[in-house]
Amino acid sequence: MTKIVGHGWLTLLHKEVLRFRKVSLQTVAAPILSALMYLLIFSHVLEGRVSVFGGRVTYTAFLVPGLVMMAMLQNAFANSSSSLIGSKMSGNLIFILLTPLSPGNLFAAYVLGAMVRGLVVGLGVFAVTLWFNPSLVVMPYPLWAIAFALLGCAILGTLGLIAGIWADKFEQLSVFQNFVIMPLTFLSGVFYSIHSLPPFWQALSHWNPFFYMIDGFRYGFFGVSDVSPWTSFAAVAVFCVALSVTALVLLQRGWKLRL
Amino acid sequence: MLAVDMTDIARRFGSVQALDGVDLAVEEGEFFGLLGPNGAGKTTLISVLAGLTRADRGTARILGHDVTDDFRFARRNLGVVPQELVFDPFFTVRETLEMQSGYFGLRGNGAWIDEILHHLDLTAKANANMRSLSGGMKRRVLVGQALVHKPPVIVLDEPTAGVDVELRQSLWGFIRKLNRDGHTIILTTHYLEEAEALCGRIAMLKAGRVVALDTTHNLLAQFAGLTVRLAAPRVPAAWQPRILRQDAGLFHIRLDSYAEMETLLRALREENVAIAELSLAETDLEQVFLRIMKNPESASAGVRT
Repeated sequence: MTKIVGHGWLTLLHKEVLRFRKVSLQTVAAPILSALMYLLIFSHVLEGRVSVFGGRVTYTAFLVPGLVMMAMLQNAFANSSSSLIGSKMSGNLIFILLTPLSPGNLFAAYVLGAMVRGLVVGLGVFAVTLWFNPSLVVMPYPLWAIAFALLGCAILGTLGLIAGIWADKFEQLSVFQNFVIMPLTFLSGVFYSIHSLPPFWQALSHWNPFFYMIDGFRYGFFGVSDVSPWTSFAAVAVFCVALSVTALVLLQRGWKLRL
Repeated sequence: MLAVDMTDIARRFGSVQALDGVDLAVEEGEFFGLLGPNGAGKTTLISVLAGLTRADRGTARILGHDVTDDFRFARRNLGVVPQELVFDPFFTVRETLEMQSGYFGLRGNGAWIDEILHHLDLTAKANANMRSLSGGMKRRVLVGQALVHKPPVIVLDEPTAGVDVELRQSLWGFIRKLNRDGHTIILTTHYLEEAEALCGRIAMLKAGRVVALDTTHNLLAQFAGLTVRLAAPRVPAAWQPRILRQDAGLFHIRLDSYAEMETLLRALREENVAIAELSLAETDLEQVFLRIMKNPESASAGVRT
């Protein structure tokens, strides 16, 4: 018996998850491996030479939440952006545009799909790094860590959606990835505490929303951070809302999707 | 209620006026043809109907539902087979159809999907990846995707382009059956004999305007007559205005009746024109089409909105 239940967007979410699951070697295993490489190399070279949070946390331990967050952010972005640009390039986006799915439905499905990928990769990286740092499983503020993980993935999933709507070819997407996402990620304190930076760069970092995502996430692990978790939460939440509104307006107008 | 009701639809892309005030009304249960040369605006018109393109002005309704204000219901009532051979390489044929069904919020649609697969002769390929299918099979999956939600109105944009004769026949058999079962069919095609055989009513588009709109029967009757294909060195002066087309020494000359054949032959004999080859055919849609495209005013009487 056929029934109309009006949850068409759940199918789109399912499709988004299925899409990366079918190529999980590339979409899940590869980013976990590269995060592991960063950890092995940086912790080997820098452990004992870099002091963070006044020596209260070892460098390797400090690095883990940064790498987990970085993997989550990059993969959340990659999922929505590459899915959308792929559908646009091959023309099969038409199958979605012909359906009764609303702009809000499309937004929810693409962003949640990206969040699932980000969280799966993030958990994978965390699980692998636990082998080096079993003590990290004991978190003083796990809820903070979870909140920042969810918000970070949502933000990058939304950015990926916007980039996917904007880009006309894969090349433009990689421009966005290499000239926006990568610099913001690497300059956000994944590998260092911003207190170790000269004042100018420290001040500049406060304008980088990625800094707050990583700093807040790290607070969940150690109970110490560069700025208060509430400040980070406020900054990240505002950024998330602003991006979501932007994405919804673009979808509502059909910009670059409905000509 | 009208299956499709479009009023004063206009759309401009840069300097090109793709649609320039199109009015079109299609009754429920019709088999309707949309003809026109490349760039006439057929696909743009379909895109407006499907919500893929936004009109600059005008309104479009599907079974009473506005395609922008009431897009959910409009799209539920519409199935579109796109012109481009598109597919998602990540999935199998069955997954593709199940997914499409799911987007429309349908659950437990397996029996209908099996039926679609059967009718489109895809059952054996149900679990094959889309990438591995031939062009003809991909085309059939596109038809299947347009049907998963059992839409009362089905639009097919050049569905038989690049499809072999055998498949074309079976595809038309299936579309005819859907029409008999009550579905409204709107078809664009380049094969005019196809439109002549299938469509009850036809609209012809040129440069974004409807230049002819009538039943296929009336369109043909309007230009009733015969065409003589004559291979000869020249045509007597009095018959020059009757030449419809001329290619490689072959003149296509319009006759109003069989009786006129005698007059033509006499004129040829009197001027000593040697006939190399001669054949006679009744007017077909292709000739109607060519004449309307050459001189739209001649058919303006046929435009009824």
